[in-house]
Amino acid sequence: MTVNIKRIPKKKFLMPGNAACPGCPETMGMRYLKMALGDNFVMVIPAGCSSVIQGIAPRSGIYAPILNIVFAAGASAAAGMKAGFESIGRKDVEVVVWAGDGGTGDIGFQALSGAAERDDDILYICVDNEAYMNTGIQRSSLTPYGAWTTTTWTGKREHKKNIPLIMIAHGVKYVATASVGYPTDFIAKVKKASQIRGFKYIHLLAPCPVGWRFDPALTGEIGQLAVKTGLFPLYEYENGKFQLSPLARRYKDPSKRVPVIEYLKLQGRYKHLINKPEEIKKIEEYIESIWYMIDVLEKAFNPKEEARKLLGSL
Amino acid sequence: MNVNSKPVLEEPKTVFFAPISHPSPGSVGKTGTWRTHKPVVDLDKCTGCLICWLYCPEDTIIRLENDKVSIDYEYCKGCGICAHQCPFDAIQMVPEG
Ligand SMILES: Cc1ncc(C[n+]2csc(CCOP(=O)(O)OP(=O)(O)O)c2C)c(N)n1
Ligand code: SF4
Ligand code: SF4
Ligand code: SF4
Repeated sequence: MTVNIKRIPKKKFLMPGNAACPGCPETMGMRYLKMALGDNFVMVIPAGCSSVIQGIAPRSGIYAPILNIVFAAGASAAAGMKAGFESIGRKDVEVVVWAGDGGTGDIGFQALSGAAERDDDILYICVDNEAYMNTGIQRSSLTPYGAWTTTTWTGKREHKKNIPLIMIAHGVKYVATASVGYPTDFIAKVKKASQIRGFKYIHLLAPCPVGWRFDPALTGEIGQLAVKTGLFPLYEYENGKFQLSPLARRYKDPSKRVPVIEYLKLQGRYKHLINKPEEIKKIEEYIESIWYMIDVLEKAFNPKEEARKLLGSL
Repeated sequence: MNVNSKPVLEEPKTVFFAPISHPSPGSVGKTGTWRTHKPVVDLDKCTGCLICWLYCPEDTIIRLENDKVSIDYEYCKGCGICAHQCPFDAIQMVPEG
């Protein structure tokens, strides 16, 4: 599925004059969500920046009906809402959870895991800005190794929790990773997910100029560099089949990747480790481990490959 | 035991208060005042590729007839993403005031 920018209707997908900071990745993502789904969806938003971005009642900056819900209940509230829609014969309405990395990987995790296991017919989108931004940049389990936050002020010592992989392990219908640096790829994935019945999960990388400490003009570029350095591979897992997204395939080859330092040096949150080769090496090793995992996933979840093996043994 | 059929508590009165917000511009006011730099489009250089329009986080890029663009200065926050993403260098960030 390719998306042609020119064919996206000439209309508003977000209300300007909202409360987001300049260069906010979450508002970028919300525009793409609306471009992909049109008018037939409802958002469920647990506490986070997106709760605040809406602005002050009776106006709202987000162009969709929203249920604001407590932190721990994003996925369960959406599952209940979907059941409600079904009971009134409105199966067509897409219920979308729009949650931060904290709301997904930490506080909302049990509700997420429950809905995934029940295969509830919802689309769960994690907007991953790699920390609790709304309350002032505290670490989450999705903050990457080495990053400064107000609670890891010498740099986080643990690696990022791999939530998309955990969702694949749930055996759900659809899992994808995306980045606000590649809008049309994200729009295509949301469109595809909305056509699948059952539990769908999309992990959207959302570089935040405030928490990552970079010039707000660079939000899109940093979102692209995360992919080009190999740090954040883009892929889809669909009905038991795993594949890298076309634009990320070339980064399987380490010689095609942009050196990770190009990504780190643009961000103030990595300032303290820029001149420490042993720290950079740790991040490079992490990238290697990520791609090793991708290789395993490609082999494990590729029916074609399996079929070929079977044919070979006949 | 003597069961009293009269309820001990009075039936509570339910008051419905539905603070429903509706999508509308300016939910925190005229955010154009936040800008330190403003994007200025050079229409001679602009090819109408819409990359800036796609990346703008605020939806403050206006698509003209031919898909060339202009800026909604009332709300543009001056982040500079449009200027940075434009492949044809058609947007400059100019200091305000
Ligand atoms: C149970 C509970 N604990 C703490 C909070 C305070 N709180 C509100 S938003 C937020 C941070 C959200 O972080 P994240 O989910 O990563 O989203 P982001 O703000 O980064 O978009 C916190 C801790 C809360 N609302 N409820
Ligand atoms: S802190 Fe980051 S994610 Fe939150 S509103 Fe500001 S720019 Fe957006
Ligand atoms: S990105 Fe540049 S060339 Fe393309 S529409 Fe915007 S201003 Fe015009
Ligand atoms: S400066 Fe930022 S908010 Fe203003 S038009 Fe450009 S991208 Fe949009």
